[in-house]
Amino acid sequence: MTPTRRSLLTATVGATLMPALPRLGRAQAANTIRIGVLNDQSGAYRDISGPYGIECTRQAVQEFGNKGFAVEVIAADHQNKPDVGANIARQWYDQGVDLILDVPTSSVGLAVNNVAREKNKAYINTGSATSDLTGAQCGPTTVHWMYDTYMLAKSTGGAMVKAGGDSWFFITADYAFGHALERDTTAFVRAAGGKVNGSVKYPFPATSDFSSFLVQAQASRAKVIGLANAGADTVNSIKQAAEFGITRRGVKLAALLMFLPDVHAIGLQTAQGLVLTESFYWGLNDRTRAVTERLRPRLKDVKPNMASIANYSCTLHFLKAVADMGVAAAKASGTEIVNRMKAMPCDDDAFGPGTIRADGRKLCPSYLFEVKSPAESKAPWDYYKLLQTTPAEEAFRPLNEGGCPLVRS
Amino acid sequence: MDDIFGIPAPLLFGQLLLGLINGAFYAMMSLGLAVIFGLLNIINFTHGAQFMMGAFAAWMLLEWAGLNYWWALLLVPIIIGFTGVVLERLMISRLYKLDHLYGLLLTFGLGLIIEGVFRNQFGSSGLPYRIPPELQGAWDLGFMFLPIYRGWVVIAALVLCLATWLLIEKTRLGAYLRAATENAPLVQAFGVNVPRMVTLTYGFGVALAAIGGVLAAPIYSVNPQMGTNLIIVVFAVVVIGGMGSILGSIITGFGLGIVEGLTKVFYPEASATVIFVIMAIVLLARPAGLFGRA
Repeated sequence: MTPTRRSLLTATVGATLMPALPRLGRAQAANTIRIGVLNDQSGAYRDISGPYGIECTRQAVQEFGNKGFAVEVIAADHQNKPDVGANIARQWYDQGVDLILDVPTSSVGLAVNNVAREKNKAYINTGSATSDLTGAQCGPTTVHWMYDTYMLAKSTGGAMVKAGGDSWFFITADYAFGHALERDTTAFVRAAGGKVNGSVKYPFPATSDFSSFLVQAQASRAKVIGLANAGADTVNSIKQAAEFGITRRGVKLAALLMFLPDVHAIGLQTAQGLVLTESFYWGLNDRTRAVTERLRPRLKDVKPNMASIANYSCTLHFLKAVADMGVAAAKASGTEIVNRMKAMPCDDDAFGPGTIRADGRKLCPSYLFEVKSPAESKAPWDYYKLLQTTPAEEAFRPLNEGGCPLVRS
Repeated sequence: MDDIFGIPAPLLFGQLLLGLINGAFYAMMSLGLAVIFGLLNIINFTHGAQFMMGAFAAWMLLEWAGLNYWWALLLVPIIIGFTGVVLERLMISRLYKLDHLYGLLLTFGLGLIIEGVFRNQFGSSGLPYRIPPELQGAWDLGFMFLPIYRGWVVIAALVLCLATWLLIEKTRLGAYLRAATENAPLVQAFGVNVPRMVTLTYGFGVALAAIGGVLAAPIYSVNPQMGTNLIIVVFAVVVIGGMGSILGSIITGFGLGIVEGLTKVFYPEASATVIFVIMAIVLLARPAGLFGRA
């Protein structure tokens, strides 16, 4: 057969794509620890972690150095779909991946949680917010890193009620995460003597116009509109609330989950004055600035947020536990390696000292920030000022209230 | 305060108006699709990506060239329309003799590629684009607070739709277009350059999507996925209105915007689904669509 232009083109395209395919077929080295970063690389949550989360994982591996075993990092896109995520997780664990981490989107996070438990393999979730991961759905192989809906609800919700916002209306993304965030925040509002005037659940991810819900929220006469959503949905909600003059007329917006890249996307002009909670901010102290500086060659112009840098933090802790118990033992049982992680204190530049509880909850302080005005911001990504710190022991749901079976036994 | 079906009347009026605003986008987008399908017989799945390119082009003009919203409104349709012309000449024109399916696959693939390139370049969380100072602020209508910009979107969309309809139904050029839709070889025999007309029609349809993108930039997050969310709904609008029907797509666009708006009050969980339920019913009862010819 003489090569035609078309066959040549096909061959070229094929050859270009080849290196991108996962190279899992190779003979598995017994002395290699494999880490799979499973997150959203193409959808609404990409900028929160996505390619940056992978780079942060690689940075941790590099800083950990050579302790007598090799570490390989692979990555995949779960497209925010629970079935896709669970399939990749199953495949990875079967092919010798020792740890899956990241996994944003609570519905996917919960699906992978089940796979990890079934396969007895380690799973550190940094991306999903649902507090059920350490509650009713907790597992012996799962650790939940830097945040959850309870912590967000307590910090942002609690502060809003204290500041006089005692009547709420929720605009909620209609899936596991939105429901958990609304539920946890409602509990805090009621406990503080406030009331909930109503809520709407909108289809996720097919909604981009929120004006209708914002007008309904306004009609309910609530003092606070709670946005139980994330990513592009939060950005659209805040932009449109500004457009409809809702905040100018005294109604407060509570962005219950917002990350640094979201503030970047909205711009300080519109975002200024918003109150939000994160457990990491690059400009928080000398240690956070140092780790951000080390990450600069990898992240270029982008600053890390609590989600992407959590991959760095949890990878370091996992590798320390592996070094402590030996590669063979670490590879043998997800439960054992997670138990070892729980037994060892954590400490890194991103989140400082911390511990992991019996239910898999990693404890760290939560910080309530206010978004700066354009005049207050002195440099690119200089967006937050610290309002309040909740210490690690108080930031999360008390151990005995989550209903985690691991705690009772 | 009067209640209608348990909803306070002012809230209901507000929702009707908001539905009309979303309908303006549906109408503009489905109009472009209808024009393209009418003449080219191509189901243009790149339309969502071209809408997104319109919004990004407005952002680039502002950030890189310092040209404001009004310049964008003028220049973006020309620039993006031109990319459409190039696309038609290089790729789409090769498919006219093949089944519809090939055109659909090509444009769908192109849409994915364009979206991927923008995502790689600009990330997924979007870029800020402010409402032009002339259109900031809001009118108090008594029953609701209407941002001036949203009012402007409805007016701009109505004017565009009406102008397109007049162009196609009432001018000589439009008559050529309609004739070429019916029988292209015959029109060509009369000395009309049909291939060029086809190319320009595609460019025009794309330009309509790009204007939609510029109008959307200040109110929606300017991100690579912004077209994907819209395009599926817009296809449903086109199917309900009748493939290729100009007036059908305009009326259906505005009408379905209102239906969606009302659903957001009565049962918000279904607001993304209601249009497809209507589509299924229309396809069962009138397979050619409400305004289509069987």
